[in-house]
Amino acid sequence: MFEPASSIIVGLEVGTSKVCAVVGDFGADGVLKIVGLGQAPSRGVRKGEIVDQELAEEDIRQAIAEAEQMADVEIRSVYLGVTGRHVRGFNNRGLHPIFSAEHEICEEDVQDVIKNAKSINLPTQNHVIHAIRQHFLVDDQDGISEPVGMLGSRLEVDVHVVHGNLNRLQNAIRTVKGLQLEVDDIVFNGLASALALLTTEQKELGSLVVDIGSGTTEYVVCSNGIIKHTGVLAVGGDHVSNDLACGLKTTLRRAERFKLEHGSAMVDDSIKGQTISIPNENGLAPKIINLEHLRRIMSLRLEEIFVLIGQDLDQTGALAYLRGGAFLCGGSARTPDVARLAEQVLQMPVSAGKTNTISGLKSALDQPEFATAIGLVKFGSFHHRRRAVKPSLAGNLKATLRQLPWLSRFL
Amino acid sequence: MTMQTSSTPATLSERKTVAIKVIGVGGAGLAVLARLIRSGLAGGGFAAVNTDAASLAASEAPEKLQLETRLLRGLGSGGDPDRGRTLAEENFPRLKSLCEGMDVIFIIAGLGGGAGTGISPVLARAAKETGALVIGFVMTPFDCEGPRRQRLALQGLTEFKAAADGLICLPNQKVFKLIDENTTALETFKITNEYLADGVRSFWRLLTCTGLIDIHLDDLCELLRDRHAESAFAVAEAVGPTRSREVAEKLLAHPMLDGGAMLAEADALMINILGGPDLTMAEVNRVMEQMNRHCEHAQVVMGAAIDEAFRDRLAVTVIATHKNLEPVAAPGSPRAGHEAPAQFVRQTIGARPAPGFGPPPPATSGSPATRSLAPETAASHQRRKPARLLQTQLPLESASKGRFDKSEPNIHEGEDLDLPTYVRRGVALN
Repeated sequence: MFEPASSIIVGLEVGTSKVCAVVGDFGADGVLKIVGLGQAPSRGVRKGEIVDQELAEEDIRQAIAEAEQMADVEIRSVYLGVTGRHVRGFNNRGLHPIFSAEHEICEEDVQDVIKNAKSINLPTQNHVIHAIRQHFLVDDQDGISEPVGMLGSRLEVDVHVVHGNLNRLQNAIRTVKGLQLEVDDIVFNGLASALALLTTEQKELGSLVVDIGSGTTEYVVCSNGIIKHTGVLAVGGDHVSNDLACGLKTTLRRAERFKLEHGSAMVDDSIKGQTISIPNENGLAPKIINLEHLRRIMSLRLEEIFVLIGQDLDQTGALAYLRGGAFLCGGSARTPDVARLAEQVLQMPVSAGKTNTISGLKSALDQPEFATAIGLVKFGSFHHRRRAVKPSLAGNLKATLRQLPWLSRFL
Repeated sequence: MTMQTSSTPATLSERKTVAIKVIGVGGAGLAVLARLIRSGLAGGGFAAVNTDAASLAASEAPEKLQLETRLLRGLGSGGDPDRGRTLAEENFPRLKSLCEGMDVIFIIAGLGGGAGTGISPVLARAAKETGALVIGFVMTPFDCEGPRRQRLALQGLTEFKAAADGLICLPNQKVFKLIDENTTALETFKITNEYLADGVRSFWRLLTCTGLIDIHLDDLCELLRDRHAESAFAVAEAVGPTRSREVAEKLLAHPMLDGGAMLAEADALMINILGGPDLTMAEVNRVMEQMNRHCEHAQVVMGAAIDEAFRDRLAVTVIATHKNLEPVAAPGSPRAGHEAPAQFVRQTIGARPAPGFGPPPPATSGSPATRSLAPETAASHQRRKPARLLQTQLPLESASKGRFDKSEPNIHEGEDLDLPTYVRRGVALN
């Protein structure tokens, strides 16, 4: 029997500046559509991780309630986005010899080789969030996407493993569970953003997604349709505001406003010597600030973010795969000229990402800061379809499916 | 203690023709001078300057200059630097003629008293006017000598610093690390004198011995200028095939360098390696490698010299200086008694521009917060390099982290990303 809630998928992102819940619905025609959106300013999160459970709970409740009202559904379970400095990604290879008489690779062999690739030497406090299958190799023949039925004596698989600190991940899950919500799965925010932004073509071509949130910046490299590289920097829009507050000697709230009203990622010569006078507000003295300084501070911070990403990609060799360019999302992607700055630093075409892989609410899809939550819905939809079509089929997502009961044993 | 000072007279076979004169000023200066004369540094002149006739009479220096008026009745300056200064100003031409024809003048003085504190800055100025390079070696009083002497010494230091090209300051208090409970007061003073003499000697060798790797005199002065606040020097010597390793070990364990901690803190280092003709480059390299590892941030000036007498021996002198966090000479600094001398210096030495040299200070010399708060000129701001943290656990004060003050530190390749980028990059905003 169909449960009323089973056709909806909810993505919940507990971000540093806002909590965002997006509701996707398969509807009668089976096409996923975004039907609801709820958001609330976030107070209990720093650098992408919950530091105050009570405040975070309140904010999540508010966002969920808003989304429920808008989509007119009851939300029972969510796909939860996770991030933070502790989240890391790396590539690993698993090996499995084929012993069957004719050296024909069967489904079990594929299962085994993936299992081998996942059994990595990680510290016990670390937990694998994703183990994403990249390519199979059969007797050193690279680039095989479906080895079942092929002949070979040795099967290998490359996986991209995203892992994080178990306790910190559980903190986020616990907070959500405290609201009587089930967590279907946890998803790395960067992966969700990439899912939301990139079309199949872009994934094939090789693209970089940079999600500059408030507290963290996630970046993901997709190439040949697979995830090549992921990373997190615990630096984001909050740092820009904080730098401004420090440099302009003002409060954080005011700095935030300056950033939104007068900010830009580039310093043009034309603004040299220009000043902005700030009227008196709440007993704070009127003030004149130099526009050039404001933009210089912002520009330096944003530039640094791209430089750090560029360095990391360069080191891992992921830079070579990027023919499709880079796509920006997250709140800071709204900063004027940020794409131009990124273009300069990364030396590749950069544009603001559009969530065009999913249909529905136009107002939600156009906003760069909702990309992660929408991506969570998208991730959930894969999950959902697999469950609906072949509940017993084991694919690469089964790995993540299985984590949940395993995780909940610790809860 | 394993340290051993090199008091062997340097028999210099090939010497660069640098005319050097060592001038001792005041009681302490004469005492150190006496040691130097006794150990016989060849190839230079010695002179003694004092206000009190008795000590001058006892001195073995070939040139003596007594600054005297009837006012003092031959009893010295009585611990009053003003008297010393007035006397020196009166006898300015005589001081000048004392320094005539020299390339380098070393002035040795003990600060805090009357003669040394008052006369040496004026002497430095006189020497400067003759066109010589002036390097000062001064001692500041023991803490137990009382706050008045400390204050006078600081005042004298400020004046001296403005007049001399380079200044090495040894706080006597540091010598306590070298002595034990039973050392008599007399011996203690002897040790401090010997210590300063060692410093002079190493400089002497630096300038006179055949340089394998020359330290340019200008480099030296740049290094010393403006950071006289406190210097520590250590001399270590070793003999035998493993001498380079031994020397490095001795230096790192040296009490004056706080077991190497001083090296890490220092923002400028002078390392002088003196060996015999058999000194190998590998040995120089080994010593420097050890030293450099401990002072990543310091500006290091190194030299290696050859002395015939040092066959099979290796002597390494390290002079480590680091700046005081608050500029000692800053006019209007809150410490009492500072303003007057600073003004005095500016008036009397108007011709001399304030020392403009300022290499990028290392991260340890001041936390970014202190820096950004201190009033600075744009020029000095631009020279700053981004602060690099040595370790994540260092309790470095960083008030500008603002919102991220209490959060998990965000260290990426030694940089704390939570600190504003413009602060780390040292971008000037004004």
